[in-house]
Amino acid sequence: MSGVRVLVGTRKGAFILTSDGSRKVWKVEGPHFAGWEIYHLKASPADPNRIYASQSSGWFGQVLQRSNDGGQSWETAGNQFQYEGTPGTHRWYDDSPHPWEFKRVWHLEPSLSDPDKVYAGVEDAALFQTRDGGNTWTELAGLRTHPTAPEWNPGAGGLCLHTIVIDPTDEDRMYVAISSSGVFRTEDGGKTFKATNQGLRSNHIPDPDAEVGHCVHRIAMHPSRPQTLFMQKHWDVMRTDDRADSWREISGNLPTDFGFVVDVNANEPETVYVIPITSDSHHFVPEGKLRVYRSKSGGDDWEALTKGLPQKDCYVNVLRDAMDVDSLDPSGIYFGTSGGQVYVSPDGGDSWNAIVRDLPAVLSVEVQTLT
Amino acid sequence: MIQVVLPRNLQILAGVGRVVEVQVSGPATQRSVIDALESSHPALLGTLRDAVTKKRRPMIRIFACEEDLSAEALDAPLPAPVVEGKEPLLIIGAIAGG
Repeated sequence: MSGVRVLVGTRKGAFILTSDGSRKVWKVEGPHFAGWEIYHLKASPADPNRIYASQSSGWFGQVLQRSNDGGQSWETAGNQFQYEGTPGTHRWYDDSPHPWEFKRVWHLEPSLSDPDKVYAGVEDAALFQTRDGGNTWTELAGLRTHPTAPEWNPGAGGLCLHTIVIDPTDEDRMYVAISSSGVFRTEDGGKTFKATNQGLRSNHIPDPDAEVGHCVHRIAMHPSRPQTLFMQKHWDVMRTDDRADSWREISGNLPTDFGFVVDVNANEPETVYVIPITSDSHHFVPEGKLRVYRSKSGGDDWEALTKGLPQKDCYVNVLRDAMDVDSLDPSGIYFGTSGGQVYVSPDGGDSWNAIVRDLPAVLSVEVQTLT
Repeated sequence: MIQVVLPRNLQILAGVGRVVEVQVSGPATQRSVIDALESSHPALLGTLRDAVTKKRRPMIRIFACEEDLSAEALDAPLPAPVVEGKEPLLIIGAIAGG
């Protein structure tokens, strides 16, 4: 019988939520790695029981964890992330040069075909790769040595590489997103990268055609439409239909186009979800109402989804890696909040239930559809 | 044997109790104790000092015999009661964050 396993990273540990295909009754396990920040967990599509977790702490640095049994037990993997060569500098908040310094792993993206091969997006922004299940990590330095890299500024959360999207039709083509630099595409498995930000407009950048400097919060792809990507930028929701060569705005009738998450229904490539957040200075949902917005037309025309979600006195945020979808039919939609709630909609967004309400602040949500 | 007291989060990470005993080769110093800890408990690699630069993490403090040894050189000799196993070396996560 099919089921789902939801991997939840929080400020104080990891939790694993499981249910059968009905997605009504849930088992909650955790905290794993109690007391540590778990920025991200993700399982290998090639081996669903292989899960990687990024565990970090302001006191004790970065730890990588690996499970071979679906999260029942864990072992530490390699945690040495060394930039290739002499790292040089990027721009600091005041535009002064600032040395590149590794701080933490924000995002782990296992290969679609090899459970031992994983990409790691880190702060300060760089892309690393392991081919031995996480024991050793090598920087794919073509990104950090991009000619624009000395101009990269950190976003409010740091200079972080937070999104890695692999093209399922050609694993050598990947997209990475960096706050606050933009989207970069590689066609050769990470050896070289091209800045792909044409069409993005950011009012904090004087040059409307700036190649980099865009605070991209998240990008998402439906596996059947690899030429199309959706983006939640700092402000603006965007899409591309030419593999990020050009972007156009699809914010349409959203109450605000600031936000962090964006995702695509597993069965409907033109059905997209965002959660508008009031503004960059008010990191909570507008009007005290937690509303997911869905477009069934690939953007521009959005409807508020509210059934089962709090519609008064709610002031939570939903961070960039904290939404995912399952591939059951109908597709389940999941997200976690800064208030520790994890919500599920088993019907594509029509109605919502809280799986748990009182976890530590949620940093990431990843869903596995198990068969 | 030198007794080392680890912060709770590192006890969990390494799968050990509050006190870990380590045997150092050569002079007993902060560096040789951390070397021994990382050798016997690889899960601790990179948690007390940066895995690349080998610098002690800024929010790790080291106390012994009612003294703060955090500013001592990594290769300075540890106090005799620590070397003799009569007093523990305390590794502390600095108080921060309210």
